[in-house]
Amino acid sequence: MDLIISDLSHHIRLNKGFFLWMGFLTLAFLACLFAYIQQLKYGLGVAGVRDYISWGLYISNFVFFVASSLIGMLISAVLGLIGMKWVHPITRIAETIAVAFAAVAGLVIVMDMGRPERLAYVFLYARFQSPILWDVTVITTYFVISLLLLLLPMIPDMAVLYKRFANLPSWLKPVYKVMSLNWSDHPEQNRIIHRSIYILLILIIPAALSIHTVTSWLFALTVRPGWDSTIFGPYFVSGAFVAGSAAVIIAMFFFRKNYKLQDYLTDLHFNNMGKVLVLVAFVYLYFNINEYLVPGYKLKRADAVHLRELMSGHFALMFWLVQVGGLLIPLILLLFRRMRKPLPLTMISVVVLIAAWFKRYLIVVPTMSHPFLPIQHVPENFKVYTPTIIEVAITLLSFILVLMIITLISKFFPVIPLVETAKDKGLDPLKSIQS
Amino acid sequence: MDENTTHNKDGQDDSKSSRRNFLKNIGLLGAGVAAGAGALYSGDIFEKKKAATGESKVLLTQDNRLVEVDSLEMKALAKNPTKLMLEKGREGIEGKRWVMVIDLSKCRNARRCIAACQDAHQLKPEQYHLNTLQMQDNAGTAPYHMPKNCQHCDNPPCVAVCPVDATYKRGDGIVLIDNERCIGCRFCMAACPYSARIFQWTTPKDADRHSGEAYNVEINVPQKLGTISKCLFSADRCRVGKLPYCVSACPNGVYYFGDENEDAVSNGTTQQTVRLSKLLRDNGAYQLMPELGTKPRVYYLPPKNRLFPFEPATDEVSKEG
Repeated sequence: MDLIISDLSHHIRLNKGFFLWMGFLTLAFLACLFAYIQQLKYGLGVAGVRDYISWGLYISNFVFFVASSLIGMLISAVLGLIGMKWVHPITRIAETIAVAFAAVAGLVIVMDMGRPERLAYVFLYARFQSPILWDVTVITTYFVISLLLLLLPMIPDMAVLYKRFANLPSWLKPVYKVMSLNWSDHPEQNRIIHRSIYILLILIIPAALSIHTVTSWLFALTVRPGWDSTIFGPYFVSGAFVAGSAAVIIAMFFFRKNYKLQDYLTDLHFNNMGKVLVLVAFVYLYFNINEYLVPGYKLKRADAVHLRELMSGHFALMFWLVQVGGLLIPLILLLFRRMRKPLPLTMISVVVLIAAWFKRYLIVVPTMSHPFLPIQHVPENFKVYTPTIIEVAITLLSFILVLMIITLISKFFPVIPLVETAKDKGLDPLKSIQS
Repeated sequence: MDENTTHNKDGQDDSKSSRRNFLKNIGLLGAGVAAGAGALYSGDIFEKKKAATGESKVLLTQDNRLVEVDSLEMKALAKNPTKLMLEKGREGIEGKRWVMVIDLSKCRNARRCIAACQDAHQLKPEQYHLNTLQMQDNAGTAPYHMPKNCQHCDNPPCVAVCPVDATYKRGDGIVLIDNERCIGCRFCMAACPYSARIFQWTTPKDADRHSGEAYNVEINVPQKLGTISKCLFSADRCRVGKLPYCVSACPNGVYYFGDENEDAVSNGTTQQTVRLSKLLRDNGAYQLMPELGTKPRVYYLPPKNRLFPFEPATDEVSKEG
């Protein structure tokens, strides 16, 4: 038992690596914050968006963030509830990613506002007809449930570590004490916590489906070609699982290496996550075929323009790289067992995740680039969207924030659920703290 | 019966005359008081005027009349004028249903409508509430110029998606934007199939000069950084019974504007008023993309029988202002 505790908790300390990494993140954060201050001062014009392509990097990035956060639901709820035991060591990683991306998604959308100081108006003058209000509501709900699903299973871990982990940094002790909520492993406590987690696991499924379906409706509820689609909800949700699975695999790889968790995040876990990725990628491929083949067969005038721009026009290179290089080839590669070993799987996941980001860009920008009526008598930068450096920096800001949140959570709390792991191994770590 | 009636009549006369006398007395007294008060008041004003430098100011009233007012008599309104105009701007003009008809057979791309519009709404050269687009429906048909503004849809997709009720549809058919409210999410721009909306990405034109002015929602000036703008059917001009800026500026008789309820529209160039229903019927009027279900309030008359050659547009805006 002590071995498990030290294995899973030895990384909980302030070391040079942590300071270097956080220092780097903080510097990068400040640099990108400067870019956002420029935007606050001079307006959204510092970004490349203009009157016709009025949504760009920020909205693409927002969709990507919401997508990535969905994985918490897939791993903890869907796989957990159907009794897949192997997901136990991964659940906290998945929830951490869910919480980090969901929290920052809210900030990303504020970065896109022309008048961020009027954010409160969304609540003060809320109009129920607007999908934005629905999105705000479901994202907040999903964030809260995800946060609870991160915190509740941590309660017994906090209690054990507070009592039994000798090397717990003294400044963290009060935090652990509060978070353990006086856990004494009483049967009644166990009953309450299991029941709560069970209810939350069920609740998070509709909440998660809602956030990405509603996010897809921000586009699908307009009449523009490329967005005017009835399958956008499931199309976005399946795409979200692809992005999220890739993100979890990458995180698993880093935690396994940096926190020396080889005995807990084994090749089996990577192999299985690889299979999950294959499954969701197949579903996503299926929706992609529907999304492009059906209008491509009919070639209604506006759809024809859209598809031509994507497949042989301005966006062709990015489109084929994303579809073939970022979805089809990874999918085929992952069918082979050898490719689901940790290192190759992680490398493939990095490609998939980057492609997933660009896929959001390909959903947002091309549709805006060719509206129904021609774009005339405007400067060149109104016709072709080119993101500016400031815009890229502000987008990076959101990624830095996610990395900071994931780093802080994973550094100061056990990455792998401790009590659950011990119980899976037939140990009872709580015996000693029962009162 | 007769006798009774007469008697009653007499009685009535009696009471009437006494009431009349009473009223006369009161009236005399009132007149005296009023005259006295008036004398006192004018004396007071006269005194004030004597004391003042006699500075008078020329002001433009809300109904566009120039008036001369002594600076001493000018009083600030207790109510914030922006708020006053916002409240008024939410209400449509009673009994009206504004409608525009654009005759494409007349448009020679003079673009005076655009100039007048940009001038009235403080817009930069690349910012259009109204733009003339060079159109060609297919390779076999003739190209033509098409003025395109906000269609003031009766089923406006922009209004549906606004999260804060900043853009709204009025009873008189006009779609307006409250830029004291707009959060700059640009969902309305994404929802509009006519690309009618623009955004103030950078500091608006002459922002320094207009910074202190009260915001008038019916003309959407001063323009505000980080908010939306678009054609307003010149709601400020409708308010005072005038034709919109673009309609009045057109030299070629392209625009008709009027009230659907009265079934009458006036041409801005010829000042002729015609029956709306007849104009639409006789000329095969159509709407832009009616299949989208937006129900536009702008009608187009097809570009037929043009008596001038088609000249391609050359005046590209090459740089952002």
